[in-house]
Amino acid sequence: MSYAVLGRLLAGALLLAASLSTHAALRVFACEPEWAALVEELAADRVEVFAASSAHQDVHHIQARPSLIARVRRADLVVCNGAGLESGWLPLLLRRSGNPRVQPGKRGYFEAADYADMLEIPQRLDRAEGDVHAQGNPHIHLSPDNIERVAAALAARLNELDKDPAADYDARLKDFRHRWQTARSRWKQRSEPLRDMPVVVHHNSWVYLNQWLGLRQLATLEPKPGIPPTSRHLSALLKQLEITPAKAVIRAPYQDQRASEWLHKQTGVTIIELPYTIGGNARATDLFGLFDSTIDQLLEVQQ
Amino acid sequence: MCMRTNSAVAVLALCISTPGHCASGDELAEIRRQMEELREAYESQIKALEERLERAEALAEENRSELAREDSKASSRPAGGRGALTVNDFNPAISFVLQGSVNSYSKDPEDYALPGFQLGGEAGLAAEGFTLDETELTASANVDHLFYAETTIGLHDDEEDTEVEVEEAFVDPLALPAGLGGRFGRFYSDVGYLNRFHTHAWDFHDAPLAYRAFLGKQYRDDGMRLTWTAPTDLYLMFGGETLAGRQFPAGSSESVKGDVQTLFAKLGGDVGSSHAWQAGVSALFADVNDREGGGHGHGDDDAGSAFSGDSNLFIADFIWKWAPNGNPRQRNFKFQSEFFYRDEDGDVVFAEDADQALLDYDGEQTGWYAQAVYQFMPRWRLGVRYDWLNPDNDLSIRDLGGFSDPDEVLEESGFGDQGNPERWSAMVDWSPSEFSRLRGQYNRDESTPGKTDNQWSLQYIMSLGAHGAHEF
Repeated sequence: MSYAVLGRLLAGALLLAASLSTHAALRVFACEPEWAALVEELAADRVEVFAASSAHQDVHHIQARPSLIARVRRADLVVCNGAGLESGWLPLLLRRSGNPRVQPGKRGYFEAADYADMLEIPQRLDRAEGDVHAQGNPHIHLSPDNIERVAAALAARLNELDKDPAADYDARLKDFRHRWQTARSRWKQRSEPLRDMPVVVHHNSWVYLNQWLGLRQLATLEPKPGIPPTSRHLSALLKQLEITPAKAVIRAPYQDQRASEWLHKQTGVTIIELPYTIGGNARATDLFGLFDSTIDQLLEVQQ
Repeated sequence: MCMRTNSAVAVLALCISTPGHCASGDELAEIRRQMEELREAYESQIKALEERLERAEALAEENRSELAREDSKASSRPAGGRGALTVNDFNPAISFVLQGSVNSYSKDPEDYALPGFQLGGEAGLAAEGFTLDETELTASANVDHLFYAETTIGLHDDEEDTEVEVEEAFVDPLALPAGLGGRFGRFYSDVGYLNRFHTHAWDFHDAPLAYRAFLGKQYRDDGMRLTWTAPTDLYLMFGGETLAGRQFPAGSSESVKGDVQTLFAKLGGDVGSSHAWQAGVSALFADVNDREGGGHGHGDDDAGSAFSGDSNLFIADFIWKWAPNGNPRQRNFKFQSEFFYRDEDGDVVFAEDADQALLDYDGEQTGWYAQAVYQFMPRWRLGVRYDWLNPDNDLSIRDLGGFSDPDEVLEESGFGDQGNPERWSAMVDWSPSEFSRLRGQYNRDESTPGKTDNQWSLQYIMSLGAHGAHEF
């Protein structure tokens, strides 16, 4: 009797879940919000995009939660950053999902870092250097150049997976590139005063931004990548900043605030919480807003 | 304009081909006018063409410079990224986990027992003093386009010798369709929650009492598994295993279909962005042949019991995790609890020296534990755990054999219950990075009711090599 009731409830739940799913041409599982936003730029109404993480989460430290396994199970395309950023959880999700379409090497698996210009490829792989990534610094999305490269590759992949002529990903890519290049010339003009601005960052996740804008990174609050700030490292940093002062200390919304607050109290250096990715602040609702907001916030301190 | 130009060309052509007909002054004026028109029309057309050419040239130039830019970028990509492949690039991912501890007990760990439960597998206590708990070597890789394989070789000390043990060696098919998953080889069963985790991923140094009592610390065996994940946003997974039944809670087995069958279902999801949960129910049905109670803690080697019969175990588990905005880096909380019920029915042979007695045994046993672990700041965690067991065994003597005292036989068999074993534990651990952890733990252990054992341990866990998985 109770088994029958349970069975009926279960069947009902399954039906409900099935009926709630929309009828998009593709289901895309994006590991990070920046790649979810790029998919949206290129595919808008054609796909259903799910972002596995948010701007308030440290992507190195996501757990293979049941909800994520369930999402990968039904995905047609997995779009992730790669370069080891998700090595703690993505392989596990893929293996648990029972979804052969999105396994590495298949057309349903896409790593952005494969198409990016990588910086900081380590000469020496040693965990004594902290959480280093063999393929280079994985935080590639804060370079508009990388975004453009990945966009082209991603559009090609979408074309392969969704052959419906109505999709026309080429036209969407062309439109996106046009808007992106217009924005880039605007950013180039506006960000001119930022060249050589001395900054301290929390984690080494801004190297691509630094290179693009010409920011001069003096130090990181973390003693080694991925190792939380220690008091010894911070006091050494304090001495260093007395000699070469920084204009700002940059952190992301997901990073611990205490170390940067402490530095602010000691030296008066301005804290900038940059959005880092989509959803990182109210303006960063898409890729354009992310870069607009980032530049404006930096300019506010520089001027 | 085009039409007019054409007609003018026609008139001109006519005049050239038939000169005799083009003589009158009016006609000449008309022709001059038309030629003038023609010249204007062509000039404007040529101008338009020239402009187009100019534009096309500019575009080509732009493309060329863009290409050059792309080229310079491609060459600026540091060579180390996707450099030359060597034969080593196909090596599997390899990791070592080193675990060791120093332990102190107020009672002799050799006498450790859970009255009412046979201690099998590795259910005993870690050695007193300094000890290497376990050294694990794990290698994993995709075998080819169809299979993934992983093996864990464990090294640990047993008395004087170092034992080498194949802890796990399994193969997962990669290409099963429709949410199906599989595994074959030797592996930790997916019953319950904690069972499938290697000890270095546990939140306490030792196993919950229920795991010692019902699963011999951890149940792994040789066999195969099939799972299916439902295509729903709510995580819903069903699975079953058939296993040889050579490990506790089974005994020895030679049957082809395997003496242990398991079934399990798990569901889970998120609540908002800060909460995640998972719940599961599992069943393990074992056909037990000669299950001997060994365990590391049994000091008296001359006496022992062997159980044969049916053993059916049911487990319900629940895990709830909290992290602000789903970011566990600074603070997080984990609650974990499992409930066990086991029904065993069969015979027990109790042997001491050359004498044997036969007992009827019917056990209905329950047990549970609950634990909470809180990371209150980066790197530091605190945890508490409570364990409780309730053996309710009916034990009677069918044949006393060579023994004279039935009460002594009942007591020494280890199946006699003496109340509820329970234990409180508290731990604190410090993890300087994802790859190292140091832990201190205290247990107030009443595995034998009424006898309190104060247990202290300091433990280290060091992971070398491939990045470990962030399991939920």
